Amino acid sequence: MTLVVIYILLSIILLLVLYPLIFVVSASISDPLTVSRGEMWLFPKDLSFIGYELVFANKEIWTGYANTLLYTLVGTAINLVMTIFAAYPLSRKDFAGRNVITAYIVFTMFFSGGLVPTYLLVKNLGMINTMWALIIPGAVSVWNIIIMRTFFQTSIPNEIQESASIDGCSNMQTLWRIVLPLSMPIIAVMILFYSVGHWNSYFNALIYLNDRDKYPLQLFLREILIKSQVDQMAGSMDLSVQKHLMEAEAIKYAIVIVANLPVLLLYPFLQKYFVKGMMIGALKG
Amino acid sequence: MPAKWRAFRRTFRKNWELYLLITPVVLYFFIFDYLPMYGIQIAFKNFVAAKGIWASDWIGFDHFERFFNSFYFDRLILNTLGISLYQLAIGFPIPLILALLLNEVGNRHFKRFVQTVTYAPHFLSTVVMVGLIIIFLSPQNGIINHLIAFFGGERISFMTEPEWFKSIYVFSGVWQGMGWSSIIYLAALAGIDPTLHEAAKVDGASRLQRIWKINLPGIMPTVVILLILNVGQIMGIGFEKIYLMQNDLNIESSEVISTYVYTQGILGAQYSFSAAVGLFNSLVNLVLLVLVNRIAKKVNETSLW
Repeated sequence: MTLVVIYILLSIILLLVLYPLIFVVSASISDPLTVSRGEMWLFPKDLSFIGYELVFANKEIWTGYANTLLYTLVGTAINLVMTIFAAYPLSRKDFAGRNVITAYIVFTMFFSGGLVPTYLLVKNLGMINTMWALIIPGAVSVWNIIIMRTFFQTSIPNEIQESASIDGCSNMQTLWRIVLPLSMPIIAVMILFYSVGHWNSYFNALIYLNDRDKYPLQLFLREILIKSQVDQMAGSMDLSVQKHLMEAEAIKYAIVIVANLPVLLLYPFLQKYFVKGMMIGALKG
Repeated sequence: MPAKWRAFRRTFRKNWELYLLITPVVLYFFIFDYLPMYGIQIAFKNFVAAKGIWASDWIGFDHFERFFNSFYFDRLILNTLGISLYQLAIGFPIPLILALLLNEVGNRHFKRFVQTVTYAPHFLSTVVMVGLIIIFLSPQNGIINHLIAFFGGERISFMTEPEWFKSIYVFSGVWQGMGWSSIIYLAALAGIDPTLHEAAKVDGASRLQRIWKINLPGIMPTVVILLILNVGQIMGIGFEKIYLMQNDLNIESSEVISTYVYTQGILGAQYSFSAAVGLFNSLVNLVLLVLVNRIAKKVNETSLW
């Protein structure tokens, strides 16, 4: 009896989450007029790819895509290296000073200088209007250091490292040849967390960048989805107003899909890893 | 002391590479987290960029007084607290309930499917999320208003009517985050000793009783830790989503401290005033965190530190 109620409740939750997702996909390949009249409820109706055509014809979308790709690749590489550099020493019991350094790092989770002092610092370092302002100030996350350190401590037997050391491996060799090859699941999780973070971030770009040709995708998305500056996208102005507005609507659905495409494509492959990663983090939570 | 020092020198010689590895990380946190803390002093100064942080003149608590006496103060505090508490009341228990429900599902395919679907919105960016909210709630084209009209109701301009702002913020957050937040509870549930359930079944406990008497107490420590962390965030209500959802018409219920700090400080270049507002915010947060942690320690014997 209880179980039936549980299945019904979960089915309702499932529908509530799933419906908007399906709707967006269907709307992106339906005729915009049909969609905005409310005649499309679930499956695509009056197939049309006008939204995608307009998105792909837009130069700034491509600029944003290329910039975001660059920021994500460089940013994630730096994140990963820094996280390993922090997590490995802190995972070693024979690393004198680990408690002090852990406290020094964790404290920053609870108190910070705030937006203005951070902004002034980045400005003084001369990083305003460069890609480094989007990458360096977030070079590593405390939370991810803790997750990775916990993985090193719990999933890699200490004995392996000790015997490697007895066999004459230096610390670096142990890390490179033994610890890292055994840590592929957590490395995959870190790549996922950090790269999704870079892909989706817009705040740093909003406050630190001035030139449009450096803008990441999210800033252009904001203009199209939220500030509705679709005028220059929808093409020539001699179109009738009605058609003009419909194209503006079509672009919105298509761009949501295009912007999330990399994550959508990777999602099924990475799902088992990120759940594992969250679990590892949760154990010591 | 010398003996200790010698011991440290010995481990340092053995593990010098580890110290080398962690040096950039220590430097990073020093520069990007501790140096801005030094910059907090501009909240008590009249910051002039040409003079720099150190040489600008002290003016004491003037910026704080100006903030406390400003027309916006009450509105900012009420909105910040209102949105946070609303979010805490709705957004905190739902992932917990979802995890408890999912934990009972025997069918692995169904369970996996629900999880896959509910985790997915977590990966949407804030910009896309707010874009979707605007699309779905649009008075002319949005599906929600089509539904309202279909059932004979009056179309609602959700985004420009202030009284809707907080609910939209909180419930869209639940939609996006409940699956992801439930993972941590599922992990905790997986750690509960199955023999407890066996014994309870033998004693004739119903499923609901077992959820209530075994599962819930079993994950209480996790719940309390997350609750502490959430309460510690009460004043830190996120900038990104609110700023994107804001417009001139809903501003009276959408302006919160973080958006105010941004518009005054970065856009308006009132660095000192804005830093003072930000500092007030961080301090209230820190006090709340310490307070809740202490209460949790007393009541539940669970705490962050």
